Amino acid sequence: MNNILFIIQKEFIQIFRNKTMLPIIFVLPIMQLLILVHAANYELKNIDIVVYDKDNSQYSRELISKFEASPFFNIAARAYSPATVDEYLYANKAELALVFPTGFEKDLVTQQKTQLQIQINAIDGMVAGLANAYVAAIVNNYNKSILPQIMPISANGSIKSIQVDESYWYNPELNYKSYMVPGILVLLVTLIGIILSSMNLVREKELGTIEQINVTPVKKYEFIAGKLFPFLIIGLVELAFGLTIGFLLFHIPIVGSLFLVFGVAVIYLILVMGLGLLLSTVSSTQQQTMFVAFFFIMIFILMSGLFTDVGNMPDWAKNLNRINPIAYFIKIMRMVLLKGSELRHIKQEVTTLAIYAICIFSMAVWRYKKRA
Amino acid sequence: MLEVSEISKNYKNIPALNKISFNVGKGEMFGIIGPDGAGKTSLIRILTTLLIPNSGYAKLDGLDVVKDFKKIRKKIGYMPSKFSLYQDLSVYENLSFFASVFGTTIDENYDLIKDIYQQIEPFANRLAGKLSGGMKQKLALSCALIHRPDFLFLDEPTTGVDAVSRKEFWQMLATLKKLGISILVSTPYMDEATLCDRVMLIQKGNALTIDSPAAITAHFPHPMWSIKGGSLYKIKKVLEGYEFTHSVNSFGQDLHYVDKRTQINITEIRNFIQSKTGELVEVNTILPNIEDCFIEYSR
Repeated sequence: MNNILFIIQKEFIQIFRNKTMLPIIFVLPIMQLLILVHAANYELKNIDIVVYDKDNSQYSRELISKFEASPFFNIAARAYSPATVDEYLYANKAELALVFPTGFEKDLVTQQKTQLQIQINAIDGMVAGLANAYVAAIVNNYNKSILPQIMPISANGSIKSIQVDESYWYNPELNYKSYMVPGILVLLVTLIGIILSSMNLVREKELGTIEQINVTPVKKYEFIAGKLFPFLIIGLVELAFGLTIGFLLFHIPIVGSLFLVFGVAVIYLILVMGLGLLLSTVSSTQQQTMFVAFFFIMIFILMSGLFTDVGNMPDWAKNLNRINPIAYFIKIMRMVLLKGSELRHIKQEVTTLAIYAICIFSMAVWRYKKRA
Repeated sequence: MLEVSEISKNYKNIPALNKISFNVGKGEMFGIIGPDGAGKTSLIRILTTLLIPNSGYAKLDGLDVVKDFKKIRKKIGYMPSKFSLYQDLSVYENLSFFASVFGTTIDENYDLIKDIYQQIEPFANRLAGKLSGGMKQKLALSCALIHRPDFLFLDEPTTGVDAVSRKEFWQMLATLKKLGISILVSTPYMDEATLCDRVMLIQKGNALTIDSPAAITAHFPHPMWSIKGGSLYKIKKVLEGYEFTHSVNSFGQDLHYVDKRTQINITEIRNFIQSKTGELVEVNTILPNIEDCFIEYSR
């Protein structure tokens, strides 16, 4: 038991003496939060549009002014020929073209219906879909407002329609940062858990120091516990540090219990450190470890729902996510931090993580050999 | 007392050790002499419980190196050929760490390492990675000794160390031997064999001979001559074509020549060389050294 303490002490001396480790631990979270939270932003604002108004009538101008008033759109240019419209789209000077046909107003007044052409740059399908939805919303609103003017007044003098009042829960301001920060914190904890711990273990192999340790009476579990415990602490400190930055800088709501968050983080760290340990048993240099870890982390992150919604993924991807620890922890973090979910709401995820952690960790310990 | 019996080790299909057997008595200094790739490190790693042999057994004070490895690890000190201490820990931190994991303290065994450690003590706060080769070696030896082992295993401790440090190092080993510590040391330097009580010459995983250095050289089966002067390369070429030549090898400034016959005439050899090369050489009878024996046995 004492041996664990000696090894932990040794590890901390080495970690704090390492000139690259400290910046990684403290600068990395700040940089990632500051940069990624802003960069990975899906809020659509100021979509540039080009307008080609062949009709140039009162109604067309009114509708254009609605677009001008919307925060989502910015009228970048007005075109006077189909060719110029294309030019703007090709040059990426506009993402969207509004084309009013001749007779837009006439048809509207005489036939109570008319046509409007929208051309959207759909290279980024996500942006195109959202832009289309925003356009539709503006056109619909406009539709409603002009109905009384163009429709014959009905018998009782009013137009019936369903009024929809929206209210957004848990993130009423639709603040994208609140959504991103918990995910990025998970990313940080994962990097520490897998990469730093496995590299630290492999370093002993690479430098040969493991030879000297192996002939000592230090037991396998003592060595592993002593080597990994510092990274559990660093991971938790990192999480606390990141949460503080998120709270102070991005004002993310911390609705749920922090105790629960850190409790789950401990389970999660044991799981990812187990993966790190497993990784260290199959590689003999830090470089190998880096590449293998990178491979898995890339897949885990991109599939985790950090950037894209898991619900929209194909079924095989959803099933694959059942073994993706990052997906579980991101889900739990978002639920607890933003919604205030309690243990009973995340029971299933926590149980899965715990069983997963036990399996991976035992497998890693079993694979780890003190001699050849 | 170390008993090694028919130890064999293969790496996949490549044999590294072939039925190696020997004994090392208490307080004895036993040398394993052989070139790179002879199997020295594999053998030492088996004896230090780090590697499992394919067949054969080894017992240290009756404890099996495979089964009782936990007990053995408390009794042995091991210094690997590659410097294996923490380069980012200081001299003192390394020593106290290894003392701690063996459940002891520096103070408790200071008397044992005093002579060695005192030489590096002025640099106690320097990082181990920043030490010179000789100092690293002294630190490694101190760390291997800090738990007062009965048996010390040293894998090529003098490889890559300057001549003065090498000499010092062997003196330190002699002191440790006097304290009753048994020592098994491997080295590729043949001249170091004479500093051991007994040696095993090893080549490609096979033990060539095991005996005291004096006995090994005394049992050399042929008389030997040294040939000095003239152009050695040319003379060697000529002798290789001589019908009575058993072997001829160059050793620095002279050639060591072994004749097939038991009775020969020095002038006959001199005349032969002169007739072939026109050079006048000096031929003297000499006693073979360990290297001659190694070359002879590995023929």
